[in-house]
Amino acid sequence: MPKARNARLDELVFRAGTGAFGVLLIVIVVAIGFELFSQSRLSIARFGWRFWTNDTWDPVMGEFGARPFIWGTLYSSVLALLIAGPIAIGIAIYISELSPDWLRRPLVFLTELLAAVPSIVYGLWGIFVMVPLVRTLEVHTPDWLRGLPLFSGPPLGVGMLSAALILAVMVIPFISSVAREVLRSVPQAQREGAYALGATRWEAIRMALFYARTGIIGAIMLGFGRALGETMAVTMLIGNNPQVTWSLYAPQYTMAAVLANEFAEATGELYLNALVEIGLVLFVITLLINLTSRSLIWSLNRQRRSKAARPAVVAEAAQ
Amino acid sequence: MKTNQASVDGNSGRVEAHVMNWRAGCVALACVVMVTACSGSEQPGSGGTTDTSGAIQINGAGATFPNPIYSRWMSEYNKLHPNVRINYQSQGSGAGIRQLLNKTVFFGASDQPMKEEQLKSAPGPILHLPTVIGAVVPIYNLPGVSGDLKFSGPVLADIVMGKITRWNDPALLKLNPGVTLPDMPITFVHRSDGSGTTFVWADYLGKVSPEFKSKVGVDASLNWPAGVGAKGNEGVAGLVKQTPGALGYTEPAYANRNQIAFGSVQNSAGTFVKATPESVTAAASGAAAQMPEDFRVSITNAAGEQAYPISSFTWMLFYENPQDKAQARAMTDFMRWALNDGQKYAVELGYSPLPRNVVDMEMKALERIKLQ
Repeated sequence: MPKARNARLDELVFRAGTGAFGVLLIVIVVAIGFELFSQSRLSIARFGWRFWTNDTWDPVMGEFGARPFIWGTLYSSVLALLIAGPIAIGIAIYISELSPDWLRRPLVFLTELLAAVPSIVYGLWGIFVMVPLVRTLEVHTPDWLRGLPLFSGPPLGVGMLSAALILAVMVIPFISSVAREVLRSVPQAQREGAYALGATRWEAIRMALFYARTGIIGAIMLGFGRALGETMAVTMLIGNNPQVTWSLYAPQYTMAAVLANEFAEATGELYLNALVEIGLVLFVITLLINLTSRSLIWSLNRQRRSKAARPAVVAEAAQ
Repeated sequence: MKTNQASVDGNSGRVEAHVMNWRAGCVALACVVMVTACSGSEQPGSGGTTDTSGAIQINGAGATFPNPIYSRWMSEYNKLHPNVRINYQSQGSGAGIRQLLNKTVFFGASDQPMKEEQLKSAPGPILHLPTVIGAVVPIYNLPGVSGDLKFSGPVLADIVMGKITRWNDPALLKLNPGVTLPDMPITFVHRSDGSGTTFVWADYLGKVSPEFKSKVGVDASLNWPAGVGAKGNEGVAGLVKQTPGALGYTEPAYANRNQIAFGSVQNSAGTFVKATPESVTAAASGAAAQMPEDFRVSITNAAGEQAYPISSFTWMLFYENPQDKAQARAMTDFMRWALNDGQKYAVELGYSPLPRNVVDMEMKALERIKLQ
């Protein structure tokens, strides 16, 4: 690189400046991890790995376990993705592939508006509008369904189902915006090629989806990350009862919610340390999920490169 | 393809304008940062400042429960003494105690007295002063039941522990003769956030039910055996109002504001008493006879025919020997005002005023704060 030697001063400053910001990011992440670890040392020393598997959270007796919170966080987020994923991708496909031009802008604007609503507003809406509806649904659940573990428990309105629904509404704009951009970046030539081979519209869209799949997985993971960390709306709707159960009607609890609820009034040292360790667990889980999705995308990309000569769906569409 | 191309071309024409805007934004941001940095440097993070012009700023932090009356006191007092400015941050009792121990505030505030080990870890002796009295009431939503229900401590404890699960339980029927209680499950709604309200509620239940004390215990956050958690007084009130068959606990102000029925509770003398400013003050005045030197006393289940049993002081916390003497003088003056003239704001804001005998004891105790 002979040009690099002649780099001008402003080039160098620019490079050093952006480089410093990049390094800063790493420093911040490491510092957060270290701080969470050092502030939770008492609890780590006392409970060890049992913290991850213990079901009891008893501030009075000084017995702390995170399992119900880990469960509630993952369960609510996965449920939210199951609901939001298909809807959000449907919205993205419609906006990028099917909708008439005059409708596209308002739709894009509306999905982005959903993302801009503060979560306390979602929480209030949830309490006053959604929870009564969910309670009506729960009261009218037929008895044979109530027998299933998924629908057991008294009809309270607040609980896992309400939390998952509100989370779904909250992550839809994130997933659909990113998925829409990804779909728009599929080269037009790909679609034209598919049509040229006689593909129907549905087949051409499937081709585009296949082409964009890594980006769509990325969009879903972004939604997952958002769902894991969402605090206020979930706290208001999930019922805040630490228990591990499959029941959608049962009140449960998440890691972010217990932090928001108990931190301000927490006194004892061990109690504070246990709360910070919940933060550490959330940090580690978020990190693990990000790493998993990264490696998933990476392995998909590698696959694509090796098959680039002959994308399967296009070949299928041509038949 | 064509539409894409067109939109890209259209955008590129605006790029320059964007860069300009961006630059302007950066400059504006830099200005804001500098301004805030400058104004920030005038107020070092400690418990406040005393500048040369004689203006005194005092910082405090703590319980959310007394925040409405503290804010009112501080603004009224500022009108009378424009040179004294008291800032109160309602971050929660735990946070208030932590900040006091770290000396990042001049005074703390808490809904429960500090524990022995906390007092031991403090850099100096700490004075507790009760400021007002609050109460906690059992609220419920029972369609078709008019009139106030009667509760007793043991029955409330059994409901909370999940031992009484239906409204037509014999124990409830016995307390409420003549009331047709529906055959309906009881949904117990508790606070999910750590709260002084929970502490007072649990403190009372622990006194009347040994089983509650040993199984659940008394603190601001509990390991609840049953029920649903809602955030804040308004959360509990909202959920109870929506859920037929629900029973919860809040401060009376929230029950009144949301028009939710609340019951009377049997006190230690055996009478059923509803929470009113008078019955709550009566509880404090009954407890004054055995008031310890340091005011760290629970007045739940207090003696007295008219005493409402689920009542509690809320405290302000001071170092007995504060470093900044100017602030100490201003703050003791403020406390003298708040304990006397300030008490008249209590009732309209949903609290009960301190009884005269307690105020007299506190006026004496204020002298323990060293001003020299």
